[in-house]
Amino acid sequence: MLRSSQPLTGPNRKRCREDEMLLGTVLDEGERGFIIDTRSAQAAKQARMTGGGTEPKSSYPRWRRLHRPLERGRPLQESFIKLVEACNDTSINMDRWLSRLESCRWLSHVKAALSTACLAAQCMDREEASVLVHGAEGTDTTLLVTALAQVILDPSCRTLVGFQGLLEREWIEAGHPFHLRCARSAYSHARLKQEAPLFLLFLDCVWQLSRQFPFSLEFGEHLLLTLFDNAYASDYGTFLCNNEKERCLCKVKETTHSLWAWLNQPGEKKKYLNPLYSHNALVIWPSVEPQSIQLWQGLFFRWIRSSQYLDEAWAEIERLVEGN
Amino acid sequence: VENVRLLDRLSSRKAALGTLYLTATHVIFVENGSETRKETWVLHSQISSIEKQATTATGCPLLIRCKNFQVIQLVIPQERDCHDVYISLIRLARPVKYEELYCFSFNPKLDKEEREQGWKLVDLNEEYNRMGIPNNYWQISDVNRDYGVCDSYPTEVYVPKSATAHIIVGSSKFRSRRRFPALSYYCKDNNASICRSSQPLSGFSARCLEDEQMLQAIRKANPGSDFIYVVDTRPKLNAMANRAAGKGYENEDNYSNIKFQFIGIENIHVMRNSLQKMLEVCELKSPSMSDFLWGLENSGWLKHIKAIMDAGIFIAKAVAEEGVSVLVHCSDGWDRTAQVCSVASLLLDPYYRTMKGFMVLIEKDWVSFGHKFNHRYGNLDGDPKEISPVIDQFIECVWQLMEQFPCAFEFNERFLIHIQHHIYSCQFGNFLCNSPKERQELKIQERTYSLWAHLWKNRADYLNPLYRSDHSQTQGTLHPQMAPCNFLYKFWSGMYNRFEKGLHPRQSVTDYLMAVKEETQQLEEELEVLGERLANLQKSQLNDNKVKSKPQDRSKQLGLSTSNNSLANTPQEYSNDLKSFPSRSPSQGDEEDSALILTQDNLKSSDPDLSANSDQESGVEDLSCRSPSGGGCLPSEDSGKDSDEAVFLAV
Repeated sequence: MLRSSQPLTGPNRKRCREDEMLLGTVLDEGERGFIIDTRSAQAAKQARMTGGGTEPKSSYPRWRRLHRPLERGRPLQESFIKLVEACNDTSINMDRWLSRLESCRWLSHVKAALSTACLAAQCMDREEASVLVHGAEGTDTTLLVTALAQVILDPSCRTLVGFQGLLEREWIEAGHPFHLRCARSAYSHARLKQEAPLFLLFLDCVWQLSRQFPFSLEFGEHLLLTLFDNAYASDYGTFLCNNEKERCLCKVKETTHSLWAWLNQPGEKKKYLNPLYSHNALVIWPSVEPQSIQLWQGLFFRWIRSSQYLDEAWAEIERLVEGN
Repeated sequence: VENVRLLDRLSSRKAALGTLYLTATHVIFVENGSETRKETWVLHSQISSIEKQATTATGCPLLIRCKNFQVIQLVIPQERDCHDVYISLIRLARPVKYEELYCFSFNPKLDKEEREQGWKLVDLNEEYNRMGIPNNYWQISDVNRDYGVCDSYPTEVYVPKSATAHIIVGSSKFRSRRRFPALSYYCKDNNASICRSSQPLSGFSARCLEDEQMLQAIRKANPGSDFIYVVDTRPKLNAMANRAAGKGYENEDNYSNIKFQFIGIENIHVMRNSLQKMLEVCELKSPSMSDFLWGLENSGWLKHIKAIMDAGIFIAKAVAEEGVSVLVHCSDGWDRTAQVCSVASLLLDPYYRTMKGFMVLIEKDWVSFGHKFNHRYGNLDGDPKEISPVIDQFIECVWQLMEQFPCAFEFNERFLIHIQHHIYSCQFGNFLCNSPKERQELKIQERTYSLWAHLWKNRADYLNPLYRSDHSQTQGTLHPQMAPCNFLYKFWSGMYNRFEKGLHPRQSVTDYLMAVKEETQQLEEELEVLGERLANLQKSQLNDNKVKSKPQDRSKQLGLSTSNNSLANTPQEYSNDLKSFPSRSPSQGDEEDSALILTQDNLKSSDPDLSANSDQESGVEDLSCRSPSGGGCLPSEDSGKDSDEAVFLAV
């Protein structure tokens, strides 16, 4: 699986031999690959007007392009804001709640993200084909898809340590602009142009996986909530800045502590572990039917309703498993 | 009929070819195939509707919808055969006499005494005794001993001490269907009670001295409070409309010391339509999130569930927190009243959250108080306007509570699903007819078997591993959060998508934890035994002390590993562009599917009956060794062999 940003085809259908050769070397003799473009065909075509575009079939003959539009940017942030508002609105009656939930579109975005990641995984696992994922910049929906696909495909990404490694690789080092994206969150009226909750969407998708495969992830909801918190505001330098270059310039490694170092301490670590975990060597294919995708109550109702009874249930689960 | 195809509802590509059989009690589809002759058994009683669809090139499609939400899509090659099957099923699914029902031929091979014992498992007199009755305030009355006062009530009812036979009879004449106020639940801690009845025949201005005395008697039976609540579970408009028909509700001016309250749960027709709409959403092919949420809201289903729950919460609060007695009624006092009284009881009393207690609850508030099982669930062919998912809604309320309070119930989701299944299956006699009187006339207990005994025998499958009787969640009253709590009501895909395996987690956490619990117990017992032995050894052999074996790796023994085989699943179709991928060769999927071996040790079949009737694994039975009166009790929806492609159509 590869990721990139969009090719700069432009309105004049420029070609780049090196790019074509690079993609050519990925495929073996007779093999074909898939390009998953996270923009709609329409949007991708329009991108040509501003210098971007898609890989033309003629120049990349062995690559089959699939468009799977995923929401990003302002609309995604709006979706997030609306959802949080809906969750906080105590006046909604039961007979309007679901349509209100629907109008936020958040769950549709979760479904779309999971479906696209599954598609990428399916290309690799079932079709045994290579996959190139890109959107426009390659820093948002691209990373969502590649990271999620790896959780689906690779058991080592489902361990506590492996998941951290995945985050480092596919989000932090890959240059997701955390500083811009995770700025003020949903309550703010600032409505910053560059803010968008892609990382939260990723965490939500991982939570959906943990619900559908309760034995297959070594970590639990608590880790996902902690990551969400730290992406926006943290005692640690892990999620600072927008890319490696900035982190170098700011001397993050020299002047801050790593979140991973803290999380992995034996005393801390056990809070994040899933007592039901058992190594699952297989690919985990989630159901993306609407019934299978649920609102992440642990996050969206975190401060609104008590989690006491659920916490007690988890404590009981731990007790049972440890007692054994 | 041969060469029939059974389609998978989600994946139209995947179909099984086999033979369709119709027997007196079941429809059976047996898959062709060398090793596994997988069978799908459907009781006629479960069939809700049959739809003959337009003939296509491949054959004649027949859609069977079941009351337990199973949907079976068959394709029959010849139109004439299809028509014959259709006509036959229509007749078979609409029995005219009770004797046609499966419970009269079902033979679990128990002797007469075992059958009797099975019926004695749940004893209502014992239950009222447990509540503390009879006592100074409440007594048992046999005024209805020959069903002479009310033909839908039990022969023994519990009434306030000061309610004489004269008062009871007088009150019954002033109540719809003669269903006078009687005790449902008594709280011995504070003497508050929940009583139930039907609507008074008050019209605009009629009064009845005895009925007013009856309510006073209820109030007097609770010295801790000087008033009672009268809760009418209907919407105010409906109740008012009833007045024009000479019925209605209690006027606070006429009944001293009552506080009247409307709760507003819709009637059986609204509920029937609501379920219908929700099932239509479930049948949508690859719905978007939008389609689903809109459809679900449009059905109003969760709103109704919440309304029932809110009513139960109100009553539970009145009893537990205010110490005030409540009289509940609707129109006839056998639908919404039953729902609301049982929800309230469940919230109030932890006993009803145990397995035995839950059976007792259903027996008390539904069976003994004359809920019209036959009319509502269509045992026999009847008026379609009487059909309504009343008890289904109650069962769902219980599930919603279980989701909010995972440690509070002794039983698990499977218990609820199996009870719902058997309410419609007519395999056992508990839920036949419309009243205790009818059941007595039909001599149900002598001619059929009790579901409770059957469930009790298999109770290990129905336990909730998180339940501990000393846990804080299991003590005292449950307090569900009132508001904001719309989001707490979830769509119950375990029930309404029960047979769509692709939608559910591959492995049950419940089963796993039960296995862990069992193993821990075994190990602890072994540890005790070994400890004793060691002590004895040490006593007798002070010199030679050969320490024996190292403890074995127990987890390997029990095969508790949840990895590998049991978790294999297959992807749905994530791409709506079918041309992207060449059609997958069956072998690709099968590799993992065949690795999905359900071992009895660590993953109990949810269908113990199949294993009781046959030595083979559930779902894989040789038709020839099944006795005609035996037969699968439950569709093997949890059998691992059924792992199939849930087809995920595109976003």
